[in-house]
Formats: sequence, C-alpha cells, structure tokens
Amino acid sequence: MQNTETQQKRKKHSQFREVWKRFKRNPIAMTGLVIIVLVASLIPLAPVIAPGTDFDPGYDVQNLRYRFLPPSLQRHVIYDENGNQIGGSGRIHIFGTDNFGRDVFGRIAHGASTTLSVGFIVLAIALTIGVVLGAISGFYSGMTDNIIMRFIDIILAVPNILMALALGAVMGPGLTTIMIAVGIGAIPGYARIVRASVLSLREQEFVEAARSIGANDFRIIRRHILPNCIAPIIIEATMGLAGAILAAAALSFLGLGMTPPSPEWGAMLSLGRDFMLAGEWHMTFFPGLFIALMVFALNMVGDGLRDAFDPRLRTANISKKKFLRQTAQMRRDLAGGE
Amino acid sequence: MHKYILKRLLMMVPVLLGVIIIIFSLNYFMPACPVARRLGDAATPDQIRQGRDELGLNDPYVVQLGRFVGNIVRLDFGDSFHTGQPVTSEIAARFPNTFQLALFGVLLGLIIGIPLGILSATRQYSLFDSGATFLGLLGASIPNFWLGMMLIIVFSVNLGWLPAMGFDTPLHMIMPVTAIGTGSAAIIMRMTRSSMLENIRQDYVRTARAKGQSERVVIFRHALKNALLPIITVAGLQFGVLLGGAVLTENIFTIIGLGRFMVDSMHRVDSPVILSGVLFIALIFSFVNLAVDLLYGFVDPRIRSQYK
Repeated sequence: MQNTETQQKRKKHSQFREVWKRFKRNPIAMTGLVIIVLVASLIPLAPVIAPGTDFDPGYDVQNLRYRFLPPSLQRHVIYDENGNQIGGSGRIHIFGTDNFGRDVFGRIAHGASTTLSVGFIVLAIALTIGVVLGAISGFYSGMTDNIIMRFIDIILAVPNILMALALGAVMGPGLTTIMIAVGIGAIPGYARIVRASVLSLREQEFVEAARSIGANDFRIIRRHILPNCIAPIIIEATMGLAGAILAAAALSFLGLGMTPPSPEWGAMLSLGRDFMLAGEWHMTFFPGLFIALMVFALNMVGDGLRDAFDPRLRTANISKKKFLRQTAQMRRDLAGGE
Repeated sequence: MHKYILKRLLMMVPVLLGVIIIIFSLNYFMPACPVARRLGDAATPDQIRQGRDELGLNDPYVVQLGRFVGNIVRLDFGDSFHTGQPVTSEIAARFPNTFQLALFGVLLGLIIGIPLGILSATRQYSLFDSGATFLGLLGASIPNFWLGMMLIIVFSVNLGWLPAMGFDTPLHMIMPVTAIGTGSAAIIMRMTRSSMLENIRQDYVRTARAKGQSERVVIFRHALKNALLPIITVAGLQFGVLLGGAVLTENIFTIIGLGRFMVDSMHRVDSPVILSGVLFIALIFSFVNLAVDLLYGFVDPRIRSQYK
C-alpha cells in the first residue's frame, strides 16, 4: 500500500511537469502569466509607489491643490513667470490625480491587494463548497444527487448580481457581503464540473479495486477520485478567479463594497464616474484598465492550462505546418475520389 | 410536446419555491428595519412598533412566509415601503427597458459572434483566426460597466455624437446595447468557433464535400446546423446573465429600468421590491431556459423525438 502511494506521488509530479512543459510553449498563456506576476508585484511595491506619512496611509495622501492633474510622465512642478519653482507635488503622476489630489497609480497599487485577496477568498469559498457538493452528488446518485442538484438549480435561477443586492439589503454593504454573494454564485460551476468528472470516474476499475481492499467512501473520494479530476478543477478555478474579480468589482462599483478612503479598483471606478462627464477620463480609465488586464491575463492562463491539460487537444494541437500538410492530403484524396 | 412543456412547468415550481424561501428568509433575518429607516431618527420606539405591526413585520416567521407565498399565488406582491405603490405596477413600468436592453444585447452578440466564429473556424490558424480569438478573449474580459463609461467618454463627452443618458430613441440605445452586448458577442464567438471546429472534422462534412457540394452549403447547411446546439445554450444563458448585468448598464446610462430600481431599493431597504424583483427575474430566467430547451427540439429532430 505504502509503495503504491509513493508511486502515485511520483506520477502526479511528472504529470505537472509535463503540463508545465506544454504550458511554457504557449506564448499567449505565458504573456498572461507575466501580466499576473507584474500586477501582483504591485502589492509589495505599493508603499514605495505611494509612500504615506505618519498621519495618512499611502493611498490617502490628499492635496487639494493638485486635484485632477492629467496623466503625465514628468514631475509635477509649478513655475512662476521667471522660471522659479514655486510649487507642485514634485512627483510623477503617471495616471494623474483624483478629485482629492491623490495619485491614481498609487491607489491602484494599494488596491491590488484588496482586489486579489477578495478574488482568492471568493475562490476558496466557492471551490470548497462546490467540490464537496459535486463529489457527494456524483458519487452517491439517486436521492442525494437529486436534492443537491435542485439546490444548485435554485442558485442558478437567480442572477448573481441580484442575489448580491438581496444580500446587500440584509447584511449592509461591505466586502464580506460581496465575498459571500459572489462565492455563493460561483458554487454551481465547480459543483457541476466535479460531479461530471466523478460520474465518469465512479465506475472505473481502480475505484472498484480500492473498494475491494476495504477503503471507505470518504477515502475513495479523497484519495482516488478527486486527484483524478484535478485538471478540470484547476482550469475552472483559474477562469473562476477572473470571474470573481470581475463580479466583485461590479458590486463594489454599485456601492456594495468597502467604505472610502480604502482603495479598491471597483470603488475607484465608481468615484471616477462622478467626474466622467466633466472630462476627467483618467479616473475611470486606469482602474478599469487594471481590472480588465487582470481578468484578461487570468483567462489567457486558463485557456493555456486547458490546452496543456487536455489530452484530446494534445493531438489537435499540432503544428500549423503539419495541419496544412494533412488538409492538403485530404483535399487531394477527395479530389482523386471525384 | 404539450405534455413535455407541462412537465417542465411543474418542475419550475419547486425551484421557484426554493428561491422564495431563501430570499424571504434572508429578508426576515435582516437587521435593518425599514420602518425605522422611513420614519427617520425622530421616531419613538412606540411609533416604530406600531409601524411594524401595520406592515405585519412582528408576526412569526412561518406566518409571514405563508402570507407571502399566499399573496404571490394571488399575484399580489405587496406595496413598496418607499413609494406605497403596488410592487407589481412598479416592476411592470420598469421591466420593458431592462428586457429590451438584455434582448438587444444578446441579439448583438449573435449577430457579431456567429459570423466571426464561423469565419474563424473555417480559417483555423490563419491570421484572421488569431486576431478573432484574441479579440474574443479581450471582449470576454473587459468589464461591461467600464466599457460603457469609456463609450460615454469618447462618444458623448469628447465627440458629442451620442446622448449619454436615457433609453428612448434608437440613438440612445446604441451605447448601452454595445456595452452590454460586447461580452456576449465574445462568448458566443468562442463557442461558435469551438463547436464549428468540432463539427468540421466530422465524417459527414467530408461526405458532403465528397458529394461535390459547394463550400457554402457544406458549412451552413451541414456543419453549422449541427454546431447550433451549444450556441443556443450559451445565448440562452447569456440572456440571463444580461438581465442581471443590466443592473450595471442601467446605472451608468441612467436608464429607468428594473435593475436600477433594485439597487435604489437595496439602499432604501425596501424589502417587498427586492423580494419580488429577484423572484420576477428568476421566473423570467426559468421561462427563457424552457424556451431554449424547446428550441433544441426545433433545431434538432433527434431531440424532438424524445419530447413525446
């Protein structure tokens, strides 16, 4: 028994190495990964990008004299007519400043940790509940399955945002509300995918073998079935993280999120909206750009992982040259047949 | 066929009942009191208690739930705490705009997504295919509310071509529908592409080509018809997503719709409106899903034969 388990471990390791090898060859997926790393590196860099004072945290250093500065690559300095420096923030506001004179890039950098941690917490909530429900539902068919799937139907029947609004009315606005609402809404996706995988694995011989040596249901699900559906779960989780970030930003845009002055990308968009018609485009453009960039990168990585994991696509993932050769051959065959 | 529809309608009952119970329970346990909220800080505890009695908020859980379900069966959704008007008429007045917005959004998605998906699949690995795939990924990633604001900044603020608010004329509709439909277009395109790619490799497509049929007939009559099922599924799901997504678009473009009403009601803790709004959308969504399932039968004779 011990021996087979160590063998399993070794095999699992090599499978991930295999996947990584294929993933590395995919330029789009690697671009996504680089973007994610760059955005994530804003978290440790935030205090450097927007240093605070003793009284203000870095994201809330206000100076009303320097409000609505347009994006610029030059240090902000104000001269008098003789060319003497008489003022200015002395800093580079690459994305401009907002209505309180706060640096937009600094706030984006400080907000990165909120946005990413909300995404990961939502993912953790939905993944845990979804995987457990899906595994139980798929493993024990019949009544249990039926009840769980009807429960999933109920969640699916209410659009995510409306569920969040209902929760918001009950719990009041706040990050917790957002995380619970988005988390609940994401459960069905994981539950369904795990259920489908478990259904197809349940009748496999290795499950029968495990049962015959006396493994109980919990052990079979945990040690034999779940490790075999790790690939679809990882892919769904990557895409799910993108969805969670998007949904959380949307809700926080609607005013369900954190209270000012804490920076959060969705809340920054909401603030920028008030000054949009006045022409202060940079207050909405940049926070939204970062949301889009993050979601885009996660989707690219998810797509890449799917290609790298999926054995069916492995054969379809042939080089363009080989594909053209094959189709040309096919066309010749067909032409010959006529 | 009638029997199938009836069966499906009956199956909707427990799901909707579940939605009612969950939403009602959430609302029942909410700490915020709508009466105190409406009467303001000057209200005495007696006034609040009296107000709660009038609205029946002091009754036990089961009694309130029973009354709520009973009223819904009689199609009485109660009055809004805020305006005092029946919720039914409040929703009826606002829903058409929301429905149009979601419907046009899906239609835009279909009009853009299907042709691009087909072109992309028939020219797999071409420059066009890579470009379309990239755009598809981009379109699915851009937050629709951000896109809406960017459209306003470009076309209303800077160019002055389109009105930034309202939903009355076709000119008003261009930006909201674009904002809400772009994501759907991208998702429908991706689905069309992968579904077409799967079908183009099938034997019957080769047979059709071998028979000497024109490429157009092969693609549209043979491949597309078989590839349609997943596309319909996605479009149906998108409709539901857009009904929810309309909340954001309506807020940005100041459209008088159900979504914006729901957000305002959330801030006002107007529970009858939230309860019935969520229930109403769930009902519409269930009907859309039923319609999609019936469409399957319309498209695919194999499925039609199972409906008996």
